[in-house]
Amino acid sequence: MKHLRLPVVLAAGALALTACAGVGNKDAGGGSSGQDSAESTPSGTLSVMGFSGEDEVAQSRIAAFKAAYPGVTVKNNKGDFDAQQFLTAVSSGNAPDVVYMARNLIGTYAAKGAIVPLDDCIATGGIDTTQYRDAAMNEVKLKDKTYGIPEFYTVSANLISGKALTSAGVAVSDIQTADWDKLEATAKKLYVAKNGRPARIGYDPKVSDLFPLWAMANGAELVKPGGEPNLNDPKAVEALEFTIKLINDQGGWSNFKTFRDTFDLFGAKNQFTKDQLAAFPIENWYVNVLLDSRSSGLQLQSTPFTDRQGQPISTIGGSAWVVPKGAKNANAACQWAKTMTSLETWHKAAEARMQTVTKDKSFFTGLFTGNKKADEEIKAKYLKPTGDAGFDQAINNYYDVLDKAKSINPSAAGAEIDAAWKAAVGKALAGSATPKAALDQAQSEAKAAFDKAPQG
Amino acid sequence: MTTTVERAAAPGQAEPERRRRRPKRSPLTRREDRAGWMFIGPWVLGFLIFTAGPMIASLVLSFTDYQMIQAPRAVGLDNYRELFDDPRVLKSLSNTFVYAAMFVPLGTIFALVLALMLQRVGRAGGFFRTAFYLPEMTPAVAAGAMFLLLLNGQQGLVNKVLGWVGINGPNWTADPNWLKPSLAIVSLWTLGGTVVIYLAALNGVPRQLYEAAELDGAGPVTRFFRITVPMISGALFFTVITNTIASMQMFDQAYTMFYGPQQKAAASEESLVYMVYLFQNAFQFFKMGFASAMAWLLFVIILTITFLQVRIGNRYVYYHGER
Repeated sequence: MKHLRLPVVLAAGALALTACAGVGNKDAGGGSSGQDSAESTPSGTLSVMGFSGEDEVAQSRIAAFKAAYPGVTVKNNKGDFDAQQFLTAVSSGNAPDVVYMARNLIGTYAAKGAIVPLDDCIATGGIDTTQYRDAAMNEVKLKDKTYGIPEFYTVSANLISGKALTSAGVAVSDIQTADWDKLEATAKKLYVAKNGRPARIGYDPKVSDLFPLWAMANGAELVKPGGEPNLNDPKAVEALEFTIKLINDQGGWSNFKTFRDTFDLFGAKNQFTKDQLAAFPIENWYVNVLLDSRSSGLQLQSTPFTDRQGQPISTIGGSAWVVPKGAKNANAACQWAKTMTSLETWHKAAEARMQTVTKDKSFFTGLFTGNKKADEEIKAKYLKPTGDAGFDQAINNYYDVLDKAKSINPSAAGAEIDAAWKAAVGKALAGSATPKAALDQAQSEAKAAFDKAPQG
Repeated sequence: MTTTVERAAAPGQAEPERRRRRPKRSPLTRREDRAGWMFIGPWVLGFLIFTAGPMIASLVLSFTDYQMIQAPRAVGLDNYRELFDDPRVLKSLSNTFVYAAMFVPLGTIFALVLALMLQRVGRAGGFFRTAFYLPEMTPAVAAGAMFLLLLNGQQGLVNKVLGWVGINGPNWTADPNWLKPSLAIVSLWTLGGTVVIYLAALNGVPRQLYEAAELDGAGPVTRFFRITVPMISGALFFTVITNTIASMQMFDQAYTMFYGPQQKAAASEESLVYMVYLFQNAFQFFKMGFASAMAWLLFVIILTITFLQVRIGNRYVYYHGER
């Protein structure tokens, strides 16, 4: 048996530690930062990370950049943003030139020094940042410095199954988020159970991923303007309590989630056509997904998601182009970010989308670019009545909330704040802590992380 | 004895030439030594570069505040102190222990049953061996996604089958009380390696032992516990150790099912296993120094468990080659 010990020890060590193999630190400052970019016509190779770029909207914009800068060879490492891949690339001195990442990550990455400010790129490259929506710009800033060029803009509204409403005798206007008692009554009316389990959810608040939206609707600001967390704001606690109550009215979290996991969200026969769900708040991209389910009998309806005073409200989502520390071709990266998000390029993307729409004998559901002028011009040029009143209403609801939507303030501890509220919501939903206790703990953890984080 | 006599005979004198000189090795032995080093050379090199190197680096980093972008900054024992202050470290560790306590015995029994069945298959054995081993080659992400469907409490196949025998199955992937058992079940999918080891061990048990026991009137149960189990105890012991280590480091299934990029919603803390939390600290919160300290804590825990297992198992394991 003695001979077994050494191999076992070695195996244990190897297995335990390879997962956390520290990558050697290398000051990845070899390349130019965003500071000296955009001063000359870009050339060389541009390495892009985090951009899947498969659809016609992406391809047409890549083509626009290539046409504008034929001297640049675009090397797109396709695939969504991967934090591990990005961080190891940057810390080992092999940083890509430009990275596509979710805007809610920017505060954290900027504070840690993983991405560089683009203020000089914006100035010398002639990027007009007023063309972008203010809320999107707010997300890419930290301590008065701009770290990203925003694109896309997701907002939320209620999407509703007309079929479910008819069967329960509920009016479309009853799907509203201003009067929470009334919403609870409506959800109960629409909810159907079979053998003690949900057979149709009346209203899914989607609180496990849309908690910030519910908190905002109730008047809470989860992250203060300076980036400090405010997760246990009484208004946020109240929002979490209400949404959990809503879920408990409809079978309780365990049954509710189990049933929801059976939804085929992207299929033609989805939760609406199969009468598994009456209504939920969801982002604008989903309307395009629903086009395929019209042939399966979808009767779409929509109402805006509002605050307690009845005003349409939404949190926002979207991505941004950032330049990592150590980027070797920051000049090309700057022009890439500018070109991909410019008014002219978005027009080309809209044309490409319209060609696809015509080919598929479908209709245009909007393009939410994050570029205010592009949104307006594309809407005016291409958005026509679809012939389906429900779809028209849904599209209008999304367009109507664009100017009213708000971002969650960026924070140097953005990742920790995000993880903290998600853990709290998970705990409260599971019933292992009250909403208040869970959010109190989340606040304490997030605050500790914020206090410790470098502030950019 | 000879040395003692020589020392006694000539105290203070230089050691006799005969003792200092190494026994002369033949050219054949030297050639064999060289060949041996050449054979194990690639492994030694790989171990030094890809295992020992990162291990040392991670030990050094565990005493630093290292956020991957800036140079590491020495912080002494701060990361190790934080291990005891962070409630999620304890929570994820206890989740991992519970999972391991379920998976290791369950996995051992399950794999042994499969190996016993395979042993009796006969000519089709090769096909089934391949079939049982194939899941080891399946990407964990695919397996995780598949089991999310299979284990769905309302429409999953597992609960449908349980329903046929009158059992109302739980919400495996939604009920916090069933998250760890569901992870243990998912892990059974990748037991092919253990099955192959058990099958080899079972095939190595001498037939005459069974024949003798049968002549003495021993039934199948007695033969299994008195002959089979002791004779394959070495294999059982080895797999218990390696499966314990693997289960303490479980990552893929938990991450895919509850924490991966496709899971945007909040996950229950009951599914937070240690390696997932370590990964989050390293690559989500940029706390590579703290994550390294977490890795070393796990190393020490695994080392202790393995040591105890070796001490205890040593009393019961039978090795063919030993007296």
